[in-house]
Amino acid sequence: MPWRLSSRLVVNHLATAVCGAMVLVAFVPLVSLLWLVISKGAGGLSLGFFVNRPAPMGEAGGVGPAIVGTFFMVGMACLVAIPLGVGAGVYLAEHGSRPFPRTVRFLTEVLSGVPSIVVGVVAYAVLVVPMKRFSALAGAFALSLVMVPPLARSTEEFVRLVPVTLREASLALGVPAWRTSLRVVLRTALGGIATAALLAVARGAGETAPLLFTALNNQYWSLRPDQPMASLTVQIYNYAISPYESWHEQAWSAALVLLMLVGLLNLGARLAVRDRVGGRR
Amino acid sequence: MRRPADTGVESAAGLAPSQPGPGGGAAVPAGDRIWNVGLTAIGSGMLLVAGLIVFELSRTAAPAVASIGVVPFVTGSDWDPVAEHFGALPFLYGTVVTSAVALALALPVSVGLALFLAEMGPAFLRRPVSFAIETLAAIPSVVYGLWGLFVLVPVLRSPVEPFLARTLGFLPLFRGPPIGLGYLAAGIVLAIMILPTIASVTLDVLRTVPVALREGALALGATRWEMIHISILPYARPGIVGAALLGLGRALGETMAVAMVIGNSPGIRASLFSPGYTLPAVLANEFSEATGAVHLGALAGLGLVLLGLTVLLNAAARLMLVLTTQRFMRKAAA
Repeated sequence: MPWRLSSRLVVNHLATAVCGAMVLVAFVPLVSLLWLVISKGAGGLSLGFFVNRPAPMGEAGGVGPAIVGTFFMVGMACLVAIPLGVGAGVYLAEHGSRPFPRTVRFLTEVLSGVPSIVVGVVAYAVLVVPMKRFSALAGAFALSLVMVPPLARSTEEFVRLVPVTLREASLALGVPAWRTSLRVVLRTALGGIATAALLAVARGAGETAPLLFTALNNQYWSLRPDQPMASLTVQIYNYAISPYESWHEQAWSAALVLLMLVGLLNLGARLAVRDRVGGRR
Repeated sequence: MRRPADTGVESAAGLAPSQPGPGGGAAVPAGDRIWNVGLTAIGSGMLLVAGLIVFELSRTAAPAVASIGVVPFVTGSDWDPVAEHFGALPFLYGTVVTSAVALALALPVSVGLALFLAEMGPAFLRRPVSFAIETLAAIPSVVYGLWGLFVLVPVLRSPVEPFLARTLGFLPLFRGPPIGLGYLAAGIVLAIMILPTIASVTLDVLRTVPVALREGALALGATRWEMIHISILPYARPGIVGAALLGLGRALGETMAVAMVIGNSPGIRASLFSPGYTLPAVLANEFSEATGAVHLGALAGLGLVLLGLTVLLNAAARLMLVLTTQRFMRKAAA
């Protein structure tokens, strides 16, 4: 009997050790990736890197147009994606249990799984073909399609966090349901919705595939929505697959810039939810 | 079953017509009606988005379907845009192989990690590890591609692939010249990228397992591992399968990181060391340079196949996850 007991304990400890090792295994790529992006990318960062446009091979160029392009296209995408995504999320939270909203929710979940490259093909068919040219507009359209489904889902979750009692108190005071939704429920969920929106922006800023054959790329400064536009992600891709060592170095530096941008957005998202929803509950 | 947040609106909407107040009373339902109609319109926008995706893909793919036919397209193994030969099989094969490698690597790691965090390890680990997983999920795929191309591929080329060839070379999977670029590299990068998805969904699933089940097993004298084995895993299995399917769906559609490390050469090769091609990668590389409606159509057709695969996987995953959580609700109600 004592022997049996100890063999069971051995199995238990072994299983614990194996599962614990998996935590370490998961950390290896994360640490390696962050360390290499920082160590390889930091050397190339200078003021010029942020404000100059890409230079021919061998000269010190920058990613200025790409940074502006990323902000420009994500900003344009937000104009459509935030009203649509937040609206759909509020709709799902308020009407969630009837058959039609259930279908919409299921569709939203499935849509968040649609590969972003497929969305790029759709944007190509909708905008690039009729306009007969690659354009920032098509890129922004593709980005907005990528951003809407996850934004709707996370908005719904944050709106659902608002206690029912708040809504009931407002209704009991005779406030109409729509004003209750708008002024009480949504106002309480505002921090959460800001978090959802910032996460969607971060997601859009990190997307490459939907931009490849919509916005394409641009070596020059451009703010015209009907012209091709550079973006950080496409710039990183083009530099990385080029055969030149100096462009590889710039790819690492651009990746560091992109990681900092995405990291800041994620940090902002955390702060927004901590200040609002967390503070009031 | 009603969710708590619904009760307000639905009961208010139901009450409103039955209390026609004098004067201003009539304005209240009107405001509600406008609000509800507006929200429903925006919600229906999602149907439109889904319709748009399917319609535009099909429209673009139509010329290729007309000139090639569905069956030769899906089963053809020759892809030569110049000769207008379009067979999707090499890309399907590459997509399936890389995703399978990714799942085989990521599933044990993420489930082990989730079990350790939720059931075994100390509580103070939960926050930092969750933070790390979220960070892993937030890194853009092109950065994974960069890392894969310049860090992972050289490591695979020498020592990893020669070592695998020496020790496991009796399997056809681990034969051939160690190039670095190929199915194995893509599979590993994909595994890292889908790890956060599987791990976080598994953690959510483990959270729904009733405490009573754990306590019951422990009270009967089970060790932690036996408790996991007896009461948690059977309960959480559909949810974990759902998590794995979600991860698989992400792996199938991942583009940039794969395009950068798979070698981009269409073919059907048994060795994991050899370069290949996947559906999203060929779209990324050829779409902007596609000439002619048939080539473009064939690429859109690949997109349609990819869309079908991911939608199926995601639907199945959601179904499995709903099954797990609803079983919990039924048991809680009983």
